[in-house]
Amino acid sequence: MIDLKRTITKNRVLKLSGLEPLVVTPESNFINVGERTNVAGSKKFLRLIKERKFEEALSVARHQVEGGAQIIDINMDDGLIDGKEAMVTYLNLVIAEPDIARVPIMIDSSKWEIIEAGLQVVQGKCIVNSISLKEGEAIFIQQATLIKRYGAAVIIMAFDEVGQADNYSRRCEIAQRSYVILTEQVNFPAEDIIFDLNIFPVATGMDEHRRNAIDFIEATRWVKQHLPYCSVSGGVSNVSFSFRGNNTVREAMHSVFLYHAINAGMNIGIVNPALLGVYDDIPKDLLQHVEDVILDRKNDATERLLDFADTVISTTKESTIDLSWRQEPLQDRITKALVKGIDQYIIEDVEEARLHNNETINVIEGNLMTGMNIVGDLFGNGKMFLPQVVKSARVMKKAVAYLEPFIEREKKEKREKNKEKEVLIADTVVSKILMATVKGDVHDIGKNIVSVVLACNNYEIIDLGVMVPPGKIIEEAKKHQVDIIGLSGLITPSLDEMVFLAKEMERQNFQVPLMIGGATTSKAHTAVKIDPQYSHAVVHVNDASRAVTIAGELLQKDKKVSYKSNLKNEYAIFRDQFVGRQRVKEYETIEAARKNKLEIDWSTSQIIKPNTLGVQIIDNFDIAILREYIDWSPFFRSWELHGKYPQILHDKIVGQQAKGLFEDADVLLEKIISEKLLQAKAVFGLFEANTINDDDIEITNRSSSIVANKSKGKTIFRTLRQQSKKAIGRPNIALADFVAPKETGLKDYMGCFCVSTGFGTKELAEKYENQNDDYNSIMVKALADRLAEAFAEYLHKQIRTKHWGYSADEKLSNVDLIKEHYKGIRPAPGYPACPDHLEKETIWELLNVKDNIGVELTSGLAMWPAASVSGYYFGNPEARYFGLGKIKMDQVKNFASRKNISEEKALKWLAPNIAD
Amino acid sequence: MDNKTATIKKALQDRILILDGAMGTMLQRYNFSEEDFRSKRFKNFHKPLKGNNDLLSITQPKVIADVHATYFEAGADIVETNTFSSTSIAMADYELEDYVYELNFESANIARKVADSFTENEPLKPRFVAGAMGPTNKTASMSPDVNDPGFRAVSFDQLRLAYKKQAEALIDGGVDLLLVETIFDTLNAKAALFAIEEVKEARNIDIPIMVSGTITDASGRTLSGQTAEAFLISISHIPVLSVGFNCALGAKQLTPHLEVISQKTDAAISAHPNAGLPNAFGEYDESPEQMAEQIREYLDKKLINIIGGCCGTTPEHIKAIADVAKNYTPRLLNLSTLLV
Repeated sequence: MIDLKRTITKNRVLKLSGLEPLVVTPESNFINVGERTNVAGSKKFLRLIKERKFEEALSVARHQVEGGAQIIDINMDDGLIDGKEAMVTYLNLVIAEPDIARVPIMIDSSKWEIIEAGLQVVQGKCIVNSISLKEGEAIFIQQATLIKRYGAAVIIMAFDEVGQADNYSRRCEIAQRSYVILTEQVNFPAEDIIFDLNIFPVATGMDEHRRNAIDFIEATRWVKQHLPYCSVSGGVSNVSFSFRGNNTVREAMHSVFLYHAINAGMNIGIVNPALLGVYDDIPKDLLQHVEDVILDRKNDATERLLDFADTVISTTKESTIDLSWRQEPLQDRITKALVKGIDQYIIEDVEEARLHNNETINVIEGNLMTGMNIVGDLFGNGKMFLPQVVKSARVMKKAVAYLEPFIEREKKEKREKNKEKEVLIADTVVSKILMATVKGDVHDIGKNIVSVVLACNNYEIIDLGVMVPPGKIIEEAKKHQVDIIGLSGLITPSLDEMVFLAKEMERQNFQVPLMIGGATTSKAHTAVKIDPQYSHAVVHVNDASRAVTIAGELLQKDKKVSYKSNLKNEYAIFRDQFVGRQRVKEYETIEAARKNKLEIDWSTSQIIKPNTLGVQIIDNFDIAILREYIDWSPFFRSWELHGKYPQILHDKIVGQQAKGLFEDADVLLEKIISEKLLQAKAVFGLFEANTINDDDIEITNRSSSIVANKSKGKTIFRTLRQQSKKAIGRPNIALADFVAPKETGLKDYMGCFCVSTGFGTKELAEKYENQNDDYNSIMVKALADRLAEAFAEYLHKQIRTKHWGYSADEKLSNVDLIKEHYKGIRPAPGYPACPDHLEKETIWELLNVKDNIGVELTSGLAMWPAASVSGYYFGNPEARYFGLGKIKMDQVKNFASRKNISEEKALKWLAPNIAD
Repeated sequence: MDNKTATIKKALQDRILILDGAMGTMLQRYNFSEEDFRSKRFKNFHKPLKGNNDLLSITQPKVIADVHATYFEAGADIVETNTFSSTSIAMADYELEDYVYELNFESANIARKVADSFTENEPLKPRFVAGAMGPTNKTASMSPDVNDPGFRAVSFDQLRLAYKKQAEALIDGGVDLLLVETIFDTLNAKAALFAIEEVKEARNIDIPIMVSGTITDASGRTLSGQTAEAFLISISHIPVLSVGFNCALGAKQLTPHLEVISQKTDAAISAHPNAGLPNAFGEYDESPEQMAEQIREYLDKKLINIIGGCCGTTPEHIKAIADVAKNYTPRLLNLSTLLV
């Protein structure tokens, strides 16, 4: 045993620094060193350095750091390069990039002059890779002394005057000798010593190589036990060298080797993360064979693994991430990345493509569009589904974002070159589509999906966002000279906005085709209300996959004229038929309808007084509770996957897609919950109420609490009554029928509410958008919507069982809830039973919604944030959901006078429901 | 370990040592003219010399001695030599490279004499001289040209040679310590430390080194981009007496950075902050009482072994700081570091 000087100094651990510290403690995870900035290890890097493309070579380093390398190894040892000059030039550039220079640098060379030149330009504490006793003690001591004076840690190769250590005892012997010289003669800090104990290949077929891995592992164990404070490092991929071409086996070998070496004390290493599996994920039989080889457990281990290796490729593909496609030709890799939505390697691949192309734009128009065309075909043929397409778009966006600076630079260079000749370089002609959610509306999930899908198909999208006033749409359309305008909306008032815009476009002599989409829009509304206002093409687009075809037809050079005139004809015929059909319907006058109201027998009807009257607020509600209340079917619908949850997960056609989508949603939901990324808030109130004058409900708020004080006294909800002629015995219903009329003398009750899970949605979605991740941006919004509905469902249950308490003993499953198997209803203004959005204003006043929880109403009476739900509570056992259907002008006029608003205003808001 | 070094280490264990305040702020009070700067010696020098404060050690030595004496009177244990810019690199602007040895030697000599006379009168409170080694006006790991990030205006070797000359002259002039200070680029400091190691080895001597970095703004990083901890790690290969921060920030803003390094090093901790942050006119207007109050936080938290002042501080500031500090015990030191 050697005598070791132990001091009581604390913190004897390896500490390194770039712009930021890296402290390697015994508890630290394995430190991975990035090795792509090494001319010996990367052909691409070598070429970039040879061609003196240092700026581009920087991206290799950046990619490593972004990919998680905690240290970057830089090596310029090549016969055709001036290594010293290249090392200094490259390091000086690296140091100027804070996102790279934050990590420590490993200066890697077999030439001392290169190492020393590197040490002179780096301010942080580096690692020198490497020195050894190869040329004797004198030089070793001299170099180590200088390294210490420059303030770096050092890798010591297990190499001496005799040669490289290739067995257990030589590794230990050389390590010990080096350690003693360093600590006793040079006074080198032991914690700054890192041993590279030589990783050599196993399973070469030669007997003397059989113990290569196990000797390394055992020597590592000895070194860590006997040479205090030092580290052990090595280049891992060497060990599997004989299995080049069989990545499944190589990955398993690396994982097994690292598993045992790390257990023995190896704490730093150079590993290609693409060639590394998870130890626990290695199939048992493969693991057995690989461990036999690595640990040299059987005489014929190598033969057995070789035999097994042939079978292993096909069987393990399912269970491990198959990276064999990375070996395929470039275009195949790019296409695969796009089709599968894998963004991990796309930058690497387009960079490669870029270097093969004279102009960067060719990468987009050639390589990437080839892939996207396949995506488009698969989507068009129903072999790919929307979530997958949005993922493809994410990859595409990432690639384009990477390429754009190059394209800009090339354009600039071209312009400068051509300046004298005054030749204008035309930008590539790409059709532009303007997309907007109209004024007063905040819903944009559908619009975003359509935008993404169109963008994938090489359209330039000018997305104006939500609540866009008509003036702005017109102005931007002119400014960008767009080829199509796409309008979207979810709430009914948006329909009128679209009509208005069509009129305005006509007035200003627009010719640009208009695409109409969104949940509330329909072919009928488009044909009857919008199309007649505009002499050019108007088309209703009912889903994202159709949008691509329609845009294509609208813009196709030779056919577009005939397509448009066909379209006009089609809509005209549809309009005539529709209007013809409409006329058949018969209506009652409002007086007659009132006489045919739903009569509840109030003498026997059970009226239960709420446990708590007045307004209550729920702030910072725990979203985790809402998880089980989510109705997933509409979520799949928003991604255009149709079917009921959970059966949809096993659907023959969309099952796999649905499953993938569901898993992604679950991951994001978990993140939202655990990191509290969204906030849920609610306000609700239960009040004394009686129907007055048939159709109005008078609310009496006796609460004097601060939150409801504003609305103390009487408030009146105006309801609308069905007017279509009913079969005998079927009533013309209004919501007012569910509350006891004042003349009965009974005290009845009703309530209203607003919940929101939308606070934080915008920020989170924007975060993803900024990362070119539309998939998760849309996902956030879709989830927030589901959570808002779930919150409404949850709160309704709390109302029934607790706050109102009329079904205190109710026990319903989530399925029952979704099927609405409960007593009482919670209709929402804007929906079939009460399509007038105007009553939202009354709810806002009564509950003081804006001040209490911050949800606001837009000019179109949409709620902001969008993931919000508001509505009424009716508790009578006979209360049920119904559709108002169309109403006549007499009710509109009556409604206006009851509500004390102008007929014009009533007309505007009730328009979608007026029969004419 | 020679006697002087042992005395310093002993003193560090016993009490918080007080470093002096700004030299420049004091010299401004004299309102020297170009002629004053030149004196007889440089009467016909071909370049303007006004503003070269280090030159006053040769042309107005009495004034420099007076400033040192004022600081000692105010309670300082250590004064810094008037050599912040006395390297061949920083003196190149005045074309005074050839005078670098003399500048450092004379400055050290002046401070030495003043310190010795104070020690003589008060043997129980020995006074020390720290040879100030500034950052120079060039940086080794940043490019002055935004369009050419790979360019460097100065190399490690140029810095190493310049610092070596300065260190030799300061030691010859009799300093007790070397203070590598106002480090905005760690690579410059590493060159200085490398040079000092070479001098120590060549002369077979040991001399305590103080290292003081500069956190330039609220981001908590040096000008060359390192965090406080990364800076500490980058200079820890050389055994130093103390490590700390000075300049750029006031006492208050320095606290979190001192806390970081205080936990992570066995060396003594020093701080010589500015008199607050500069006001709208670029003046430092924190009063002695205000600054002493801020420094009380260091003392309460036991963060400090050596404390003084940088830009804008005066003997009044140092007196106020010394008066507060004398009631506190220093940050606990690991004995082993002091025995190295």
